[in-house]
Amino acid sequence: MKKVYINSIGSISAQKTFENASFLETIADYNDTVLPAIDPVYKDYIPPAAARRMAKGIKMGVVASKIALAEANLENVDAVITGTGMGCVVDSEKFVSAIIDNNEEYLTPTSFIQSTHNTVGGQIALGLGCNGYNFTYVHASISFESALLDAKMQLETEEAENILVGGVDELGAHTVKIHRLINHIKPEAVTSKTVLNSKTSGAVFSEGANFFVLSNLRAAQTYAELLDVKMFNTLEIRTLSKAVLTFLQVNGLFISDVDLIILGNNGDVAYDTYYHELTDKVFAETPQATYKQLSGEFHTASSFGLWMASKIMKSQSVPEAAQLNTIQTSEVNTILLYNQYRGENHSLTLLRHVEV
Amino acid sequence: MSKGIAITGMGIISAIGNNVAENYSALIEGRKGISRISKIDTVHRDAIMVGEIESSNEALIQQLDLPATNNYCRTALLGAIAAKQAIADAQISDINQYRTGLVSSTSVGGMDMTETYYYDYLENTNTQKYIEGHHAGDSTQKIAQQLGIHQSLVTTISTACSSAANAIMLGARLIKSGKLDRVVVGGTDCLSKFTINGFKTLMILSDTYSTPFDENRKGLNLGEAAAFLVLESDAVVKAENKKVLAYVKGYGNANDAYHQTASSENGDGATLAMEKALKVAGLKPSDIDYINAHGTATGNNDLSEGRAIINVFGDAIPDFSSTKAYTGHTLAAAGAIEAVYSVLALQHNVIFPNLNFKTQMKEFAITPQTTLKEKELQTVLSNSLGFGGNCSTVLFSKNA
Amino acid sequence: MSELREELKEKIIEQLNLEDVAVADIADDDSLFGDGLGLDSIDALELIVMLDKDYGIKLSDPKEGRKIFESIGVMADYIAEHRTK
Repeated sequence: MKKVYINSIGSISAQKTFENASFLETIADYNDTVLPAIDPVYKDYIPPAAARRMAKGIKMGVVASKIALAEANLENVDAVITGTGMGCVVDSEKFVSAIIDNNEEYLTPTSFIQSTHNTVGGQIALGLGCNGYNFTYVHASISFESALLDAKMQLETEEAENILVGGVDELGAHTVKIHRLINHIKPEAVTSKTVLNSKTSGAVFSEGANFFVLSNLRAAQTYAELLDVKMFNTLEIRTLSKAVLTFLQVNGLFISDVDLIILGNNGDVAYDTYYHELTDKVFAETPQATYKQLSGEFHTASSFGLWMASKIMKSQSVPEAAQLNTIQTSEVNTILLYNQYRGENHSLTLLRHVEV
Repeated sequence: MSKGIAITGMGIISAIGNNVAENYSALIEGRKGISRISKIDTVHRDAIMVGEIESSNEALIQQLDLPATNNYCRTALLGAIAAKQAIADAQISDINQYRTGLVSSTSVGGMDMTETYYYDYLENTNTQKYIEGHHAGDSTQKIAQQLGIHQSLVTTISTACSSAANAIMLGARLIKSGKLDRVVVGGTDCLSKFTINGFKTLMILSDTYSTPFDENRKGLNLGEAAAFLVLESDAVVKAENKKVLAYVKGYGNANDAYHQTASSENGDGATLAMEKALKVAGLKPSDIDYINAHGTATGNNDLSEGRAIINVFGDAIPDFSSTKAYTGHTLAAAGAIEAVYSVLALQHNVIFPNLNFKTQMKEFAITPQTTLKEKELQTVLSNSLGFGGNCSTVLFSKNA
Repeated sequence: MSELREELKEKIIEQLNLEDVAVADIADDDSLFGDGLGLDSIDALELIVMLDKDYGIKLSDPKEGRKIFESIGVMADYIAEHRTK
């Protein structure tokens, strides 16, 4: 079986991440409950005729994929695999409200077409003229990891050489409004620096797109080797540590081999207990980092986590704004990522350093 | 040539029946499930026909014995019913005895509740329980819970009308790679105002019974359905001495990369998908005995798919038919519904008729099978084509 | 008539989100689809709804639209002749 590498990255997020030359040198500090992504100049990447029907999520996805492709020096790929938890919510909201507000009359097709979950993947393929495999996963907080696993299997068996894999979600005004009602969003503004120590339930919502070229060919710009990814629909806190240890064991690793654990804490007192179970106990002596204080929470926020992990692996440095504890490591050879959302859909991802 | 993946159980609920046996009798008796819509209050009631499932949400909730506080959307209810049937059919008593995953698919998800309570959510706390059920993965989580699948791989695919074919593909891949021993695969979609109005704006809904591959076809009938299949590794089949219904022999997905909603005129994407599936299976076009076509009865699909079939099969076109005139186009579920029908075709050595066909299409000379035909079948090809240029083919075979 | 033509140009730009196009850029006989303005089949469906909503003209077959939407001039003539509002 072939090894699988992360060969390039492209990110649009609540931080200014769309330039691959920089890595969180300046942090956008927020004091809010909802964080829109920082826009690149979309026109620099998408011709106006193509962009005119695109909501922000589609633009973010297309541009993040273009950044990743450019860095990998590729004009096309063998497959495009996308993850999106909520899909194109802006267009969905537009079409549903139009149905209700106009009593099913005078409706136009554009927002319906654009609302389809696989719009981003389809648009990327259309833009590239890519006739290859094109899947879209829509399973909450493991949408992106499902895409990763699918790509990994195909690269290992050499069904493909280069696959564009990404996670994308956008904010929709109505969706935000109703998620406030059920307390999935924090009741009061919190700052980026304090959100993870928040005493309230709910998260700071956000959006973004993170794309990667995964390949079974190592390249000069390779970021890391993707060793493994595993998902669980359910996990109880009391079995979490065991699940993590088994995952490491299957990959021939012990806790002491993990140089950095990157966690998906979002500051929700009701569910961050999962992360504490690891950081306070089995990984108490391991360097720890988090990212949702920077990216905010969305179903594919873990793709920002992988973006950050890739950057850390390549630069061999953990940005200060991401450090959760003060334990330092001299070398980052192995990174473990763990994420879950509201106690469901857990994922473990393992990266290894690659000498280039 | 790779080995096929065993199918050991199936479950289905559609407009032509509440289980596999009812669907089969409707298929061989030529009984379609298309009618005027009764469960959704829409201004288009008299302008469209749909494949609606008879059971109300209340009846389905009762059947599943859910508490009154449940927040199941209709997509989840239908999915849970079909998936449970599949597990029972595969005679699985302890689902966690083997590493078992679930790959479902949906395009609508919880949209039925979202469109009903969209503004109501803002003032009525009683309906707010459905907010969490909107996203597509929620119905899958509920189905997993109903099946007792815990701490495992449970995911959802949404690639419009090819979704469930892609779920079957991923399930087969997960078993081949040794990640899982058993995967429940399929799809579920309920009718909604969202899809009715969406397809209406595209002007591809027929005002009468749909007529796949007919020169005068006027568009599709939407339908609702759910179907699931149980895929198991050879090791499980051997250890449990399982009866195998058929094998997933090959699969292929390709992108048309032509237009957001329309298929390319020459069916490039569908051609590639069929060719890939044949290659994975190590089969030649002449090994295909029957094609269960996507055949939605839209002007664009049937022309493009027909040309793709000609591209792949040349002068030797196998018998083909679309079963969408029975069930309506069940969107994300269609690939699973038609997988069940393909397996039934293999089990009973019959080809189901393409109903409502009258006039030969002008653009080509191929004609669907319009009557029930008995014939020894070894391998069936099933196409599923969707928005975003998404084209999928799955091959089902009697032999591994 | 020229008023209707200007009105149509404005509406098309707005409705179809043609950000980089100005009213002055569209000549009355420019073809709207293909090489001209570059509109596609989805735009045609948008325009069919516009005919219905703004001018009370109902088309049942999208193919009819193709001829009517050949250019602003053809479209304006058709609307002038068939409008019910």
